[in-house]
This record gives sequence, structure tokens and C-alpha cells, in this order.
Amino acid sequence: MHTSTLIILLLGLMSLAYYFGRKRSLSIVGGKIRDLHSLPSYYGLQTAMWCGIPALILLSLWISFEETVVTGIVVESLPQELQSLPPERLDLVLNDVRNLSKGDIVSSTVDQTMQQAADHYSSLMDISHMALFVVALSVAILAGLWARRTITREQRARNRVEKAINFFLLSSSTLAIFTTIGIVLSVLFESMRFFQQIPVTEFLFGLEWSPQTAIRPDQVGSSGVFGSVPLFAGTMLITLIAMIVAVPIGLMSAIYMAEYAGKRFRTLAKPVLEVLAGIPTVVYGFFAALTVAPFFRDMGTNIGLTVSSESALAAGVVMGIMIIPFVSSLSDDVINAVPQAMRDGAYGLGATRSETIRNVIIPAALPGIVGGVLLAVSRAIGETMIVVMAAGLSANLSANPLEAVTTVTVQIVTLLVGDQEFDSAKTLAAFALALVLFVITLALNMIALHIVRKYREQYE
Amino acid sequence: MNNQQQHQKTMERVQQGLDRRYRKERHFRWLGLGAIILGLLFVSFLFITIISNGYTAFQQTYVKLDVFYDPEMIAPIGETDPEVLSRANYGGLIKASMRQMFPEVTNRREKKVLYGLISTGASYELRNAVMSNPALIGSKAEVWVVADDDVDMLIKGHIDLRLPESDRRIKDNQLGWIHLLQEQDRIEKRFNTTFFTAGDSREPELSGIKGAIAGSFFTLLICLTIAFPVGVAAAVYLEEFAPKNRWTDLIEVNINNLAAVPSIVFGLLGLAVFINFFGLPRSVPLVGGLVLALMTLPTIIIASRAALKSVPPSIREAALGIGASPMQTITHHVLPLALPGMLTGTIIGMAQALGETAPLLMIGMVAFIVDVPGSVMDPSAVLPVQIYLWADSPERAFVERTSAAIMVLLAFLISMNLLAVWLRKKFERRW
Amino acid sequence: MNDTSTAKTGLQSEAGAAMKQNRTAEGTVGEVYVDDPRMTCRNVDVYYGEKQAIFDVSLDVGKNQVISMIGPSGCGKSTFLRCLNRMNDTIDICRVTGQIKMDGQDIYDGGLDVVPLRASVGMVFQKPNPFPKSIYDNIAYGPRIHGLCDDKQHLDSIVEKSLQRAGLWEEVKDRLDQPGTGLSGGQQQRLCIARAIAVSPEVILMDEPCSALDPIATAKIEELIDELRENFTIAIVTHSMQQAARVSQRTAYFHLGKLIEVGETDQIFTSPRHKLTEDYITGRFG
Repeated sequence: MHTSTLIILLLGLMSLAYYFGRKRSLSIVGGKIRDLHSLPSYYGLQTAMWCGIPALILLSLWISFEETVVTGIVVESLPQELQSLPPERLDLVLNDVRNLSKGDIVSSTVDQTMQQAADHYSSLMDISHMALFVVALSVAILAGLWARRTITREQRARNRVEKAINFFLLSSSTLAIFTTIGIVLSVLFESMRFFQQIPVTEFLFGLEWSPQTAIRPDQVGSSGVFGSVPLFAGTMLITLIAMIVAVPIGLMSAIYMAEYAGKRFRTLAKPVLEVLAGIPTVVYGFFAALTVAPFFRDMGTNIGLTVSSESALAAGVVMGIMIIPFVSSLSDDVINAVPQAMRDGAYGLGATRSETIRNVIIPAALPGIVGGVLLAVSRAIGETMIVVMAAGLSANLSANPLEAVTTVTVQIVTLLVGDQEFDSAKTLAAFALALVLFVITLALNMIALHIVRKYREQYE
Repeated sequence: MNNQQQHQKTMERVQQGLDRRYRKERHFRWLGLGAIILGLLFVSFLFITIISNGYTAFQQTYVKLDVFYDPEMIAPIGETDPEVLSRANYGGLIKASMRQMFPEVTNRREKKVLYGLISTGASYELRNAVMSNPALIGSKAEVWVVADDDVDMLIKGHIDLRLPESDRRIKDNQLGWIHLLQEQDRIEKRFNTTFFTAGDSREPELSGIKGAIAGSFFTLLICLTIAFPVGVAAAVYLEEFAPKNRWTDLIEVNINNLAAVPSIVFGLLGLAVFINFFGLPRSVPLVGGLVLALMTLPTIIIASRAALKSVPPSIREAALGIGASPMQTITHHVLPLALPGMLTGTIIGMAQALGETAPLLMIGMVAFIVDVPGSVMDPSAVLPVQIYLWADSPERAFVERTSAAIMVLLAFLISMNLLAVWLRKKFERRW
Repeated sequence: MNDTSTAKTGLQSEAGAAMKQNRTAEGTVGEVYVDDPRMTCRNVDVYYGEKQAIFDVSLDVGKNQVISMIGPSGCGKSTFLRCLNRMNDTIDICRVTGQIKMDGQDIYDGGLDVVPLRASVGMVFQKPNPFPKSIYDNIAYGPRIHGLCDDKQHLDSIVEKSLQRAGLWEEVKDRLDQPGTGLSGGQQQRLCIARAIAVSPEVILMDEPCSALDPIATAKIEELIDELRENFTIAIVTHSMQQAARVSQRTAYFHLGKLIEVGETDQIFTSPRHKLTEDYITGRFG
């Protein structure tokens, strides 16, 4: 609340600065805009930027360091025996102090020292807030006044403002790179910690997955085995089923739409099919768990097969349905990229439509279609909600689609949802899985994009 | 010989093969049509399942009770102190009214079952009524209160009475009482306002999606305020200012790859960076919005670049030719023309973000939260996560609520997409 | 790029002075220099990446004159024209060396702002490109961004004057608030000319301004160019030799990126001195 008031105040000051900067520039030249280097509004913008940006930078720095500094001071003032606690215990104490100062429930009993520390903490926080208020506003006002004073008729205000905007544009575009770096670093760091506990080879080639580590050393049956092969096998099985559903249906419907369908049929059917692409995955997951899985189970019972109620088949089929529009729109692009001349060549020889499609268009479009299918595979591997809701949790190493298998994404979710301490092998395993998942999807994607681009170039 | 005969022979051959070829042609065509019909069937089957499961959730069973606002149980007549009024035993009023209706029930266990027909939320209704009008104390009134979810399910026909009693959630004695109530016209289905005005609850009949909708709203708000300006700025830079060099190529490759990174990985990024590194709280829309912003950024950048590309270069030349600076050319001419395309892309990105679940699970937005969030720093659920949570709940009544929540989510998504289509149609420009 | 151009400039000023004596430049036949130049170009080379598009062109543009540039397609005349107000800056891979001065100021000087340059060297393009805004806003845009007017009345008068000078006022005065894109092709092009003169430039560059127009609209534009000569210096690139002959006082003939011959228009069309010019004029290629 406090910060947002300050930000609103700063925005108000910025608009004042704009007004005064603009006015100043006009008064310098006595209202004759021609004599100014830039339009008056640029002088206004320049003043507003000087007024707002340093103060906002200060604000964000202050907020990010406030907590650390205040906590440091509070720790200093704690009695000796608390200060000498090991770091994790000290953290717990500090957490209690923070909660206490907010009036929340605390885990330990409140004693005199704790209460004192909490009061100290909240008074320091109040001082810090006040100081921030004063400092930020004075920085804004002083910088704004200074910027207004330096306005001259030759000052290249437009160029300066544009430079600032250009800097903003450039930094926005680099955010994509920082996101990638952030993903790689965050996943990599935790994975490294995981591999310090569990050897890489065991993780990559182990055939058993059972992440329940023992809470007490003497507990039986929960040793914590991290062999990821069953997870990847399960992921592959479900992906395979999904592809068996999605590729023929998606490809055939793309072909029909592109080569056979009349205009009216296309304008009606295409958006309806695209609806499938817009449905959130959690809806598919619900659909799979509520309708499709029981349907397969009952059908299995009728013909005398035991089908698990969390069968790979149900999850795979629903995932396939989800991917149909993806495959179909990629194939559509690819098919339309085949030059008309090739079609004409085949028709000219008296080939029927289907012969043209099968013998000319599909072979010509094959690399593009393969690229599209690879993209679809990468998407199926990374899909989470459907499998979380419809596939199993136990890691069976099985190729039978009627049994329950689990997948990489399911395990990531189960390992990380809920409160976990952040350094057990169990939690860290999720990051190791995510690292492998990231690498695989990235590789598939790179290959697919490369193939598709090569294909496009061929017909340009 | 020749040519004539040769030709004749060829034609015969061709004729012989024709039937077979045309048959194949037809088969192929049917195959294609079949694929499309299958796809359409999936769509309609999905919608039918969801709607047929969910439409009943918009109604809720109510029971009419004769309530005596007993001064002895609430407070003396004339009492207006809210403190006193809010602490009174309203559950007792309902129990008294039930006892009065079914005097034959005396057994302690049976009584408990009898009280179970009415939702625990009913006592809050009475409390609210009294607190807003203390004059009620001492009077008698007919009050419609919410029935328990099992009664609701029975009335809506979701409980199979052919099952043996032990397998049913509604036992035979409850059935008898309910029939009695029905005969007295004391049971009625009404529009379920709770569903739109309440947060989550363990009791299906008291749970609603308002909390989730507010959470989704705050999350999308953060997502939009970050992703839209940054996405447009990045697109403008890449399309209009960036020199062609390795750095720009690297950015482009990055954007394309980010678009294909599984969403759950973004969740892990949020967990590691925003929560563990920056120490932001779990389960809040602020973090959810940040994660979704990073996730939708590629979509917005790609759409915005396409929109910028479609503005003809002659407009840029015209502006540059009279001495507009590149920045003025962009802000005065190119951006206004590209804006509808950018907005379309942004809406589609927002629709994606609205339906996204997996990354939000990673940052703790799966907590059970009853309160409706009031700001971006309040713990909250979002609509798809609420669906996920309800889908996991065992009560039959949550199945219809899950489906109803899905219907609401899909309604939002469809209207967003229609808006995008409308925008594109309206501002489409041919150069 | 700056290094090479300044180095060259130093050398060139002496050589230029020496050459001015015999009033010809190396490789170009005819009078490259004029007595009272608005713009002077010396040893201009233009590269697109590795490929060189303009080879060592030196040319003066005289004050209040129309100079036309002719030559077969792809000879570099448009590229050269776009060097004169640095429109080539918008192409990443394009590189210009040599020296181009306007009223004594090097326009490729590193510190020079292209914005005021383009305000004083306006440009009209091959295809009419009005902004998708009203007619009024099309004309008013330049004066607005350059801060040329102090109030609304002043702006109104600039708009009216510019449209009158472009011969469009009578046709559009009742519908100034309608989109400029709704006008006919010829009107659009005159609107673009009006837009260019609204910022009172000294030079107007025209890149085949009539190539997208019908003969009647073309005639109107040509008439307009002749009138504008009183107040502006005009450089025009054209495909049509007749047009060059009709509107210009001097003519420059380009061939494969080189400036072959420059001279009085009459002289070029009646008695070309270079073989290539003669071939082109007499229609042997083009």
C-alpha cells in the first residue's frame, strides 16, 4: 500500500515536471517554437524523465535491500546466545520475529527477547519507510528542478528523450535472453545440487523411481531411488499414443481442408476445429479423468481386459485430441507452400486428386510435415495438466498402454506441489527432471525449426 | 501402326484402371472427411460432456424452514450490539426448527443425520439476516436456506437409488424426510448465486468461483501490464531499430525457442527466481502474473512483429522524407497502424495465460484459499487451478461445480477470442 | 566510414579546386560544376554490402533550378537521389563515402542530425504515399513536428498555402477532414508535394513522381514542378526523357552507377557528347 502511494505520488510529480519543463522551454524563446531545437513537449518529457527515473531506481533498490539491512541490524541487537545459533535456526527465529511484528501466529512461544526484537524490527521498518518516502520525493523534486534549470534553446531534448526510449526498447528485447538464461541457471543450479547427492548415471540409467526419501534413517521401504528411465519411458508411451491419434487425423483433415473442402465448409469447420486448440489443458485433463478413462475401463471390462483407470491410453488419446489442431495447422501451412506448378504437373498427366496428393504433394511436403510432427512431439512431452489429472503416479516400466504409467511432468508436479524443504533430494530431483525436459524440448524444437526453414527456402 | 493403335491400347489400359483409381480417390476423400468429422465429434463430445455435467450447478436446492428467532438463543429483544449478535447460536435456531418439523426423531444419532440435511452455511444466512435487521429477534419467519450437497445431488437426480443403502450418500431415513419435505413444498431449486459470490469452500454447496475469478483478474492484470509494453517494445526494437547482427539473431532464436519451452519449466523459473531468490511470497497473483508474462511474451512479440511488418514501408519513407525522426515515424505513424494487430496478438496471449495451470502449480497457487483476494499480494487461486482442485475432490457435487467453472472459463476464453477476431476484422487494412 | 570520408574530403577539396578550373570531372563529360550551387557532391561512392552501386559521382545542384537524372533502370539514379537527404540511412547495409555538401555544410558529417536535414531537403516518392490520416493532418504533420507554427491559425495558413502552391486547394478545400488516401492518384501525389513544401524546404527531391500516374495527372505535376522552381531547388529522377526535357534546366545521364554526362538539358538532348548518352537518347537501349 505504502509503495503504491509513493509510486502514484512520483507519477504525479512527473506530470508536474512535464508541465513545468514544457512551459520553461516556451518561455525561454518567448513562445516562438521555431527558435527551439526540439518541440516543447520534448523538453517536458526530458524534465519528467529526470524527475521520475532516478527516484524510481532508488525506490526499487531501497525495497530490495531494506529487508536485508533491517534484519542485519535486528540480528546485531539480539542476545549473544541467539546470535550464535546455526544459520537455519537463526532464520526460524527471524521468521518468528517478522511474523510477530505483523501480528501473525508464530511457531514458538513468545518471550521477552522475541517481543523486543519484533518491536525493534517494526520500528526500524517504519523508519526505513519514512526515510524512503522523504528521500525518494526529494530526489524526484531536486532532479526535476535541476533538469528544468538546464533547459536552453539549443539543448537537444528530442535526441536525449529518443535515446532514453531507444534504451528501453533495447532492454525489452533482451528480456527474452535473460529469461532463457534464468531458466537455464535456475534449473541447472538445483540440478547440480541434486547430482551431488545422486550420481548422474544412476539418474539417467536407473530403472527404478521412488522418490520417497526416509524421514527417519531406520524407516523401511522408502530408500529414495532416482532412476528416471521409467518416467521417460512413460512419457514416450503417452506421446506415442498421442501421435498415433493426432498425426493421421490432423494431417488428413489438413489435406481435406486444403485440397477438397469447399469454401463454405472450410469457413465453418476450420474455426470449430481450432476451438480445440484454445481449450485449456486443465479442461482436457478433467475430460480425460471424468469421461475417457472410465470409458476405456468399462470397455476393457466388457471384452475381458483389465484396463487401469489411470491408463496411458486415456491420457494419450486425450492429449492426441489436444494436438490435432496443432498438427493440422502446421501441415496446412506446409501443404499450401507446395507450389501450384507441381500440382499442375501431376494433373496435366491425368493423375487424380488423391494420386496428386499422395505421389506429389505429400512427398514434396514431407520435410515440412516431419518438422511439424517434431514440434507436436515436443509439445506432447512438455504437456502437464492432462497427465497430472489422468495418468498415474507410480513409475511402472511398461509398454502396455492399458496400464498406468507416470511421466516426467507428473513427477515434477508431485515433487514440488505442497510444502517441501528446499534441499532434500526429492525436491531437487524435480529440477533435474526439468533440466532434461528443457534440453529435450529445446533440441526437438531446434531440429524442427531447422527442417521447416530448409523446407521453406526450397520453395522460395 | 502405329500411333493410332498404340493410342487405342493405352486408352484401353487407362479405362481398365479407371474404376480402381476412382474408388481409391473416393476412399481417400472419405478418409479426409472422416478425419474432420472425427475432430468435430471430439469438439462436440467435449462440450456436451462439460455442459451436461455442469449446467445443473447453476441451480441450488433450498429448503424452507419455519424459524423462530428465539430471543433466548440470540439476544434479548432490542439488542443491537453487533458483537453480541454475531456470537449468538444460529445453528441452534435451525436445529430447533428441524426438531419441530420432525418431532418423531429423538435418537441422538438420528438427530445428527437430520440436521445434516441443511448446509452448515445456513446458520450464517440467519446471522446475516439478524445482523442487518435486529428487529427480527422474537419474530417467526419462513426462511429458505441452502440444503446440504447430498440433498442437492439427490434432488438433481445424481444419486442412484437402486444402489444398496450402504453404498449411498443418502440413507433411507433421510430419503423419507426429504420426501416429506417435498410433499410440503418445502424443497425448491433456485438460481445458485453462491457460486458467483463465494470463494472456495470444503462444502460444495458453499463454494464459489468469485475468489478464483478475482485471482485470475489480478494475475492477468500483472501479466498484461508487464507483457504488453515489454512485448511491443521488443517487437519495435527488433523490427524497426535493430541492426542485423549476431546479437539480434541470438535474440530472435531465443524468442522462437521460448515459445516452445514447456509451460511447467516457466513455473520452475518462477519458483527458483521470484520465490527463492527474490523472496516474494508464494501463492500471490503478483508472482503468477510475472511468470505468465514471461510465458506470453514470445506470443506477443511474434504477433507484434507481424503487425509491424504489415505496415507498408512507404508510410515510413513518407514520414522520414519530411524530416520526422525514426522515433517519431514509429510513434506517430507505424504504431497506430500496427496497434490493432498487436492488440489481437495480446488478447490471444492473455487467453493462453488465462487457461494456463501448470506453472501456477509450481509457485504455490494450489493452496486452499477461502477469501476473495483484494490485491495482487493476497494469496489466491486462479480459475483453471480452481478447476484442478475441484476435479480432485471426491464429492459428487464438486463434479458439477468443476464443469460449471469450466463453462465459465470457456465463456471468458471464447469471448476474448471473439474480441480478437472482431478487432482483426474491424481494423484489417488492405494496402 | 567517417574516417575514410574525412580523409577523402581533405584530399578532395584541393583536387576539386584544381578541377574547377577546367570545369569537368574525371570520368564525366560536361559541366559538373555550376556557379551558384545549392548542393555539391564530390566523389560519391555508394555500396550495398559488398556491391558498389554508385561509382565516384561528382555533381552540383544549382539554386532554383530543376536538374533531372535520367538513365536506364538500375543505373543508380534513384540511389544517388536518396543520398541527397540521407534516406539511404534507413537501409542497414548501405554505405556512402565521398562528400555531399549543402550550402557548405557536409551532410554526412558524423555530428549532423538528419532530422533538420530532411526538413530542408524534402522528398516526393515514386508511389504517392499519403498518411492514412485526413488531408489537413497530412500537410500539418511536418510543420507540427518541426515546430514551425505557433498557433492554429498559423498552421491553417501554412496548410492552405501549401495546398495552393501544389494546385490542390480548389479541389480539396471543402473536404480537408477527409482521408488523404481517398483522393485520386494524381491528387495524392500533389498532396505529397504539398506535404513536402509545407515545411518550406530548400531542395525537393522527386523520385519518378509521375510513374504511377496517368498522362493528365502527369501534365499537372509537370506544370507544378515548373512553378515550384521559383522558390525551390528540385532534383528529379525520371524514366521519361520527354519529361526531363520538359521540366528541367540541367540533365544528368547515369549508366551502371556512373555519371556519364551532365549538361544543359537542351544540349544533352540535341547534341550529346558521350556515345552512351547518344545511344540512350536516340533510343538504342533503355
